[in-house]
Amino acid sequence: MTDKVLMCGNEAMAESAIQAGCDAYFGYPITPQNEVSAYMSKRMAEEKRVFIQSESELAAINMVFGASATGKRSMTSSSSPGISLMQEGISYLAAAELPCVIVNVMRGGPGLGNIAPSQGDYFQSVKGGGHGDYHCIVFGPSGVQEFVDIVPLAFDLADKYRIPAIILADGIIGQMMEPVTIKKKPRVKLPLKDWALTGADGRKQNIVRSLWLADGAVEQHNYDLQAKYRQIEKKEVLCEQYKVDDADIVLVAYGISARIARGAIERARELGIKAGLIRPITLWPFPSEQISKTADKLPVFLVVEMSCGQMVEDVRLAVSGKAPVVFWGRPGGGIPTVEQVFEKIQELTIKPKKK
Amino acid sequence: MMQKVFTRSKTLKDCPTHYCPGCGHGIAHRLIAEVIDELGIQGKTIGIAPVGCAVLAYDYFDVDMVEVAHGRAPAVATGMKRTNPDKIIFSYQGDGDLAAIGTAEIIHAAHRAEQLTVVFINNAVFGMTGGQMAPTTMLGQITATTPQGRQADGQGYPLQVSELLSILPGAIYIERCGLNNPPNIRKAKAALKHAFELQMNNAKGLSLVELLSPCPTYWRLTPPDAMLWIQNEMTKVFPLGRLKG
Repeated sequence: MTDKVLMCGNEAMAESAIQAGCDAYFGYPITPQNEVSAYMSKRMAEEKRVFIQSESELAAINMVFGASATGKRSMTSSSSPGISLMQEGISYLAAAELPCVIVNVMRGGPGLGNIAPSQGDYFQSVKGGGHGDYHCIVFGPSGVQEFVDIVPLAFDLADKYRIPAIILADGIIGQMMEPVTIKKKPRVKLPLKDWALTGADGRKQNIVRSLWLADGAVEQHNYDLQAKYRQIEKKEVLCEQYKVDDADIVLVAYGISARIARGAIERARELGIKAGLIRPITLWPFPSEQISKTADKLPVFLVVEMSCGQMVEDVRLAVSGKAPVVFWGRPGGGIPTVEQVFEKIQELTIKPKKK
Repeated sequence: MMQKVFTRSKTLKDCPTHYCPGCGHGIAHRLIAEVIDELGIQGKTIGIAPVGCAVLAYDYFDVDMVEVAHGRAPAVATGMKRTNPDKIIFSYQGDGDLAAIGTAEIIHAAHRAEQLTVVFINNAVFGMTGGQMAPTTMLGQITATTPQGRQADGQGYPLQVSELLSILPGAIYIERCGLNNPPNIRKAKAALKHAFELQMNNAKGLSLVELLSPCPTYWRLTPPDAMLWIQNEMTKVFPLGRLKG
């Protein structure tokens, strides 16, 4: 599939996973990502790969755990409440250092919330979510093509670092249709999965575990995990900078909020307001360095999210008091308009008249 | 010339276990290891250790093994078997793991007719956490959380998971055995062997062997009395024999 096709984000992402060599998909129905499992049920059968509609999200993430433990590429997708149920499994995956891809097409919360798009699961995704000290690599695609392009990268980085990768999309990215190209990329060279459970035929037993009872063993395991996380922070940050160099106001937004912010920036520029955008593509590792360097130029930062303000905390940490950081957002399924963001930009950049 | 008539199973590592004196896990491990040896499947078997007393089963079984979250073994096993149909997958679960927190996973694995071999250790108590009531705890049985003895009113009746599973078309073989005397232990080995053979023969469905297993520590009994308690008390609620297949 190398031509441009018009597809909704959920289906395009699913096809991209198939092209990326996903061996098994496990999922439980939840809106707004049901297109993924419907698409996978058909296509995985065609490809003679594994598709299971599980009895719960708990089961789905543990099926992922099982397939991954044998060295297979596996994934699941869900939406916010379902991802909450998976947190136990994600903690175990992180602890056992098993690679996998988890797609969260976020909806309004907390609780059952609604089925409208949201970005309310940022904290849950980048700060851990489950118990214990761990991270997952987290991506925040801002359109259908990027949703597609991130999938093979997510699988590769998951395999490379033996870590769960989360793609944090939202109801808009999942549902909207855009023209996309889904290319089968050549597989990059990755470390051999010599840890995988394949049957100990002619070799020593392999064990995949997360329990270490010996004195100091879990402490050491944590230090080892942290060393890996520092490597990922050093090497794998992805972020887009748009008209930041001369900007008096720098918007920071990810996912669909970044698309909306960009519209507002265009309008501001037309009126001579020097606005720019930093768009984190990886939410963990976070582009703290890029934001910190920009902060040295002393712009105003405006963080736009479809939440009550979650990523803004990481922006504040990165800016570290060097420049003002303002938040504006809408939670619970409210979608910011270009007009609203533009008004906020104007409010923060209009110079007060001299008396 | 001396003939060697008895030896350690090669699927069992040469090390002492951490189990209490008189515990049934050692017998169950031994039987499974012997079956794996006899079937010649050590190199293609993947085992799943539960959360519970047998969490360190991979320290004793010399096959590839994974340790999983409490109760989720049948889901993990599903992910493994579907992506590796040529491997032999078995899970080893206790009554807290399989009959309490993992009820949904075992029922749905059976319901989907997953080609798995499940070893279900029923000792009527949570062992590792200190002897609390399990779903399989007998009425009147004193545990850390039923100091007056389990009462049906408020604490429910002993849960007969094997009977529940046996009505599902996807469960093709269910048998309950006791680890309480040599004849029953021999029957248990035959049942385990059958459960593994079904998977090797690509039989379409889940096999489960429930083993009534002594826990002298939390039953507050001597090991011989614990064996007798299985015979005289547990089998009244958990009758031995083949329930399905």
